[in-house]
Amino acid sequence: MRPASSVLLLTTLTGFGYGLLAWMGVFEIFGGLPDTRSFGPAATLTALGFASAGLVASTMHLGRPERAWRAFSQWRSSWLAREGLAAAATNLPALGFAISWWISGPDVPLTVALGLCTGVMAMLTIGCTAMIYASLKPIRQWYNAHTLPDYLIYGAFSGILLLTLILGFSHGAVRLAAGIGTVLGVTGLIAKRAYWTYIDSQTPMVTLASALGFSSGLVRPLDLPHFTENFILREMGFRIARRHRTKLRRLVILVAFAIPIACAGLAALGVMPEALSVFAAMSAGMGLFIERWLFFAEATHVAAIYYGRAA
Amino acid sequence: MTSLPYATTPTKKLGLVIDLDTCVGCHACAVNCKEWNASGFHAPLPDHDPYGGNPDGVWFNRVHSYELESEGHGCRTVNFPRSCLHCDNPACVTVCPTGASYKRADDGIVLINTDICIGCKLCSWACPYGAREFDEDAGVMKKCTLCIDRIYNTSLPEEDRVPACVSTCPSHARHFGDFNDPESHVSILVSARGSMDLMEELGYRPVNKYLPPQRAKIETHGYEATESSAEGSSSPLLKLLDRILSR
Repeated sequence: MRPASSVLLLTTLTGFGYGLLAWMGVFEIFGGLPDTRSFGPAATLTALGFASAGLVASTMHLGRPERAWRAFSQWRSSWLAREGLAAAATNLPALGFAISWWISGPDVPLTVALGLCTGVMAMLTIGCTAMIYASLKPIRQWYNAHTLPDYLIYGAFSGILLLTLILGFSHGAVRLAAGIGTVLGVTGLIAKRAYWTYIDSQTPMVTLASALGFSSGLVRPLDLPHFTENFILREMGFRIARRHRTKLRRLVILVAFAIPIACAGLAALGVMPEALSVFAAMSAGMGLFIERWLFFAEATHVAAIYYGRAA
Repeated sequence: MTSLPYATTPTKKLGLVIDLDTCVGCHACAVNCKEWNASGFHAPLPDHDPYGGNPDGVWFNRVHSYELESEGHGCRTVNFPRSCLHCDNPACVTVCPTGASYKRADDGIVLINTDICIGCKLCSWACPYGAREFDEDAGVMKKCTLCIDRIYNTSLPEEDRVPACVSTCPSHARHFGDFNDPESHVSILVSARGSMDLMEELGYRPVNKYLPPQRAKIETHGYEATESSAEGSSSPLLKLLDRILSR
């Protein structure tokens, strides 16, 4: 599948934004957020800024962005509509949480309840995004049991790194957050490696014979319908060289996981938590963008089999 | 509404039967489809650099040619026109966030309302057959309409009220009809010849059917079969001669 940068930005940035909202909810309940008046609203707006930037980026991928509002209507059947609705709905408890924090303070039950509600809605939104991919049957690298948990893990991972960064500058429980970040980094790395092992061992869901409706026989493409790339080949027939794939996977392990794990681990031990948490979040941001690029580039679509390409 | 019209049983299930035995791979169906639809329901269709070195545009029908080798068939060419199959279980419809992509309850035709399509391309990802093509000029998705503007067009003579691809096919490899009617031409063809759904394992339940190539009535060989002039002869003398001459 062709990696479109607008969609890569969408999923990476919303992971940071909604992940941060989710962890704010958790820390609001168990403590660890600074109780200054400005912290809650500032951190919430930062999270919504990341999420909105991602959502705005995604509209650049639309052929008719001015009609984007129509995408809310078919929530009964479409995960994309559900994602849009969940993203819009998350704004309500999030803004309520910020306002309640500002007016009544962080410790009143209303603020805590709104924080929890925001966190749940944020994770639901990430889940809807994941389900857009996980429900697409023609793409075996997406249509599997890894996609949904992986998106939630990477969202939680990027969110906790962003929270660590913010707590580093606002005297919150930065070492606790960095510790959780370390654990989630390791979890994310294990999940990513398990995903790669899984997709490498997959066999295509269809054969060229079954694509043509033949019950048996050996089929080879003979003549193509056209001799230049069309939409189907550009979008669905995207190919990535094996040697590039191996290099990029190593880069993901290093930049998305190993560097953030090391930085967050040291920060958790109290070594320069402010500086290292910045480094961890930035590295994870770049790494997860490459990870998302690979998530698309390595995905194959069964329609490509009609052209004799990998499916 | 992108939920599927389950509540009502469609009175008609319109679609195509394509006979892979008689298709000669001439691309007339693809060309006539492009010609009709460039000014039809989905008009205009992009056609960039049509006579240049890098032509690119939206076509609803693409004709592939394959080589099929199997036991008893030997090796043969199979021409394979690929277009929307108007599936009974069309994920291209259910993934649509706007309601632009829909399946008609009364005849099962899968259509796009390009007035509300936002061009997110998700439907094209959900289609395993590569049937939907994006119109970069209009910013919306386009697809085969089963020539909705021909088959119900009362200003056309009745014999022309079939999809453009069917009307133009010079070898009569393409047939149009109602699969819900067991007496229809297409139903009889399918029951007589048998057919498998394309990518049956994915469960999209395509309506269009392809009649598979029939077994050759004469003995044929694949590439690997060695040429032997005395093949089929039981005469020991001829076999000996063949062996000597084959050295």
